[in-house]
Amino acid sequence: MPTVSVKRDLLFHALGRTYTDEEFDELCFEFGLELDEITSEKDIISREQGDTKAEGASDVILYKIDVPANRYDLLCLEGLVRGLQVFKMEAPRYRRVSPASSEPQRLVITKETTAVRPHAVAAVLRNITFTQERYDSFIELQEKLHQNVCRKRTLVAIGTHDLDTISGPFTYTAKPPGDIRFKPLNQAKEYTAQELMSLYKTDSHLRHYLHIIEDEAVYPVIYDSNGIVLSMPPIINGDHSKISLNTKNVFIECTATDLTKAKIVLDMMVTMFCEYFCFLLWENILEPTGQYVHSDYPHSICNPQPFFGISESTEHIAQLLTKMCLRSEVMSDGEQIEVEIPPTRSDVIHACDIMEDAAMAYGFNNIPRTTPRTYTIANQLPLNKLSELLRQDLAAAGFTEALTFALCSQEDIADKLLKNISETRACRISNPKTAEFQVARTTLLSGLLKTVAANRKMPLPLRLFEISDVVLKDESKDVGARNNRRLCAVYYNKSPGFEVIHGLMDRVMQLLEIKPGQGNGYHIQAADDSTFFPGRCAEIFACGKSIGRLGVLHPDVINRFELTMPCSALDIDIEHFL
Amino acid sequence: MADTGLVETLLQRVEKVDGGLDSQDVATSLGVDHQAIVGAVKSLQALGDVISAEQRSSKHWELTGEGCEIAEQGSHEARVVSSIPEEGMPQSQLMKLAFGKVGFSKAMSNKWIRLDKGHEGGPRIFKTVERLEDLVRDKLLLVQKGQASELEEKEKNELKKRKLLSEVTVKSYWITKGSCFSTTITKQETELTTEMIASGSWKEKKFKPYNFEAMGVALDCGHLHPLMKVRTQFRQIFLEMGFTEMPTNNFIESSFWNFDSLFQPQQHPARDQHDTFFLSDPAQAHEFPQDYLERVRKVHSEGGFGSQGYKYDWKIEEAQKNILRTHTTAVSARMLYKLAQQEKFTPVKYFSIDRVFRNETLDATHLAEFHQIEGVVADFGLTLGDLMGILHQFFNKLGLKKWVEVGNSGMFRPEMLLPMGLPEGVTVIAWGLSLERPTMIKYGINNIRELVGHKVNLQMVYDSPVCRLDS
Repeated sequence: MPTVSVKRDLLFHALGRTYTDEEFDELCFEFGLELDEITSEKDIISREQGDTKAEGASDVILYKIDVPANRYDLLCLEGLVRGLQVFKMEAPRYRRVSPASSEPQRLVITKETTAVRPHAVAAVLRNITFTQERYDSFIELQEKLHQNVCRKRTLVAIGTHDLDTISGPFTYTAKPPGDIRFKPLNQAKEYTAQELMSLYKTDSHLRHYLHIIEDEAVYPVIYDSNGIVLSMPPIINGDHSKISLNTKNVFIECTATDLTKAKIVLDMMVTMFCEYFCFLLWENILEPTGQYVHSDYPHSICNPQPFFGISESTEHIAQLLTKMCLRSEVMSDGEQIEVEIPPTRSDVIHACDIMEDAAMAYGFNNIPRTTPRTYTIANQLPLNKLSELLRQDLAAAGFTEALTFALCSQEDIADKLLKNISETRACRISNPKTAEFQVARTTLLSGLLKTVAANRKMPLPLRLFEISDVVLKDESKDVGARNNRRLCAVYYNKSPGFEVIHGLMDRVMQLLEIKPGQGNGYHIQAADDSTFFPGRCAEIFACGKSIGRLGVLHPDVINRFELTMPCSALDIDIEHFL
Repeated sequence: MADTGLVETLLQRVEKVDGGLDSQDVATSLGVDHQAIVGAVKSLQALGDVISAEQRSSKHWELTGEGCEIAEQGSHEARVVSSIPEEGMPQSQLMKLAFGKVGFSKAMSNKWIRLDKGHEGGPRIFKTVERLEDLVRDKLLLVQKGQASELEEKEKNELKKRKLLSEVTVKSYWITKGSCFSTTITKQETELTTEMIASGSWKEKKFKPYNFEAMGVALDCGHLHPLMKVRTQFRQIFLEMGFTEMPTNNFIESSFWNFDSLFQPQQHPARDQHDTFFLSDPAQAHEFPQDYLERVRKVHSEGGFGSQGYKYDWKIEEAQKNILRTHTTAVSARMLYKLAQQEKFTPVKYFSIDRVFRNETLDATHLAEFHQIEGVVADFGLTLGDLMGILHQFFNKLGLKKWVEVGNSGMFRPEMLLPMGLPEGVTVIAWGLSLERPTMIKYGINNIRELVGHKVNLQMVYDSPVCRLDS
């Protein structure tokens, strides 16, 4: 969930009243939002960089609010206020208008862009007045959209320009980097695109976006009719057309690899700020395949009755929806509702989304609770049932249950157990942040030994067990891997205690109703295993199948887990006993 | 054990008196060291209620060394007077005596002697009295006889100032008969033995009392992990409510089942490298139900089933990517798909509690892996009221009133259910929460690392109580 940070007092001012933190938390909950944190810039800096750095920072109270990932309309103060205030205000109706005195602006898209970033849409906001706060919020919304729906500018990149410094029609094209040359935002001189890419290599913000076009033969670029560069999306705008507090008319362009998302982003940029501005001008934009005119409001027709579980009149539901800024009317059949979806609500793609808003307006807590009549007989998963039963009896046998991680380092399951990684059948993680998450474990033993190492101060002997899953590669499965339920136990003391671990194995077999003996019984037989001390390891056979091993651990294993005393271990696969 | 003879003598003395005895007095009268009597008292106390001894302390006056000398030989001033002959004595000679200096000045102030400074041959001292009363000696003698109370406080303090008397504190026991008083001592048994039971001798024996203040011996036993104890309770709750357990023993899942089948778009941030663990080996899943996969592709990229869809270019390569499942809902999706393939739909209630994985930044409440609890109900015509109702019942069993903050709940989208082939009109309600969060609340643990993983303190596991969620 994205988090939006807003100044509390500004928010309250816009909402027209103040709330206590609890009241506001409650309000958020009603709208499916979450008040995540109450903080200030000073707090944040002092937490991240220490008190000294925080000195002098603003201590204006900030609310950090978690909003659902698909509610792009709640990513700025303006949208949040609209979202939280729906009950009180008339649903705004957004209108695309043509300029009274001139021709609509046009953005011509050339075919060269297909190779790198094929889509673009644009709009103009006219007769606007920025205040410092609105300006900040405008810039911040752009950044929030970039981080969320735009997927860090890969899907969509937004450029905003002072329309009065440039002249249309505009051209969106793509050129070899060497042929693009302009003065980028906040720089003193002109650079070629190539120079820019190396200039921004060290820029803490922009370097994250370079990879999007870096290896392309051509880079996207937007020119005005005089050849002035507006932007080189998705990296940087030109300095020439930059917006300021004095900007009156804003040209907004969104270039994209995903046209649907580009339209959503443009709708957000425009609708979120039109409330401040007298005339919103949303102009025709050309793309290579034809004209993109924002469609009229999509209408959705739905039958709300089965959804609530209460009989509520269709008229009332239509009223609730209208309050939620979804203008609704009951259709002539008296059962269905026709709903107008505003451009701010790109998240509404199915009648169920509309019904969710109706439920929100109704108040989830006002819905009468009912018990489903669904009659079913419960079943346990046999593997889990067996595990639960064995756990109880292993504890009764004097062993304590450990709970270790399913992910670990390659070293844990290979080198430290004197095994070669290639013989482990381990599944490997491609993007671990640290070595602790390199592989899925193939044995429970290393987790237990690490638990012993962390508890060397505890009185001896230490007797630990775990019944849990390991993961092994398995070509026969659709994903190429499967879990395997294991029972593992260790005994750590001044003497190896093989007889203790052997006794535990006998007890487990007794619990599983397997008698000692060959054939249908169980027996152990000397085995070679690099993890164990030579001559002190046996393989366990039950009902004719090898089910695991037990023995005294190799001194090198003991050392590698930073242990000092002898240790014996038991490791069996319990899936044989289902 | 103190000297048995002394113990018995003490008991005999206690028997003879009506009230009680002071241990100091006993020591004095028996002519033994007081510490020996204290030893006897202590050993009798250990035998139970033979005697009762109350510790007390008293103050009394005693002569100092100098005081004793005066009591014996008289005060310095008196000795000065008696050592002066009729014809007097040169001052220098008097000063040579041990008591001379102090005695001279006191005798002068008492006007018992006079000094003739102009005497021929140096200053000379003469007696002025024939008989004198040595009051200092008399007072000291009173104290020595134990009659200090006859002196006034002021007098005693005067003598204390002259370092002739000192006040000492004496600790002693006031000994009286106990409820089991007897003049003969029987040895107490520490424990009941097999022999005593066989012979019946326990009837005659006295047993040493137990110290019930002490702790018992720490038992040598095995323990279940607290998180697993809570898991057992959650399983129990689901089973009581008629839910069947889902097979969640597949940590590795394809993106298809984990995301796409749930109608989560391929550009969703949760599918980012920063949130999800992807696998490099085995990197891809290779088997999918082809017609279902096609319906999933379509609902994402073109819409359908009443949905506009996400309108993007859905790629099989994204769906094939293997990951460590980020939620157990991937298994719910597999189960619901399986359910949809039945000849005739039957309503189901499913649950699972198992590990899920997130490639997140770790902190006090987040680890890369945790346990997810999930409940799913599929039936015709389930409503939001049913969801609210079943959640209420579930969390009631947990004893949690404010459950809204602990979990998530909702109805699965039609774009997820209809492509699976579930009949129109079937709704699926589901909810989920982590196992760790309620466990941390239950056991008062603030840092998740103190609860799970190899770094936990086993003492925490040893000490954790049973889990009764509803109390």
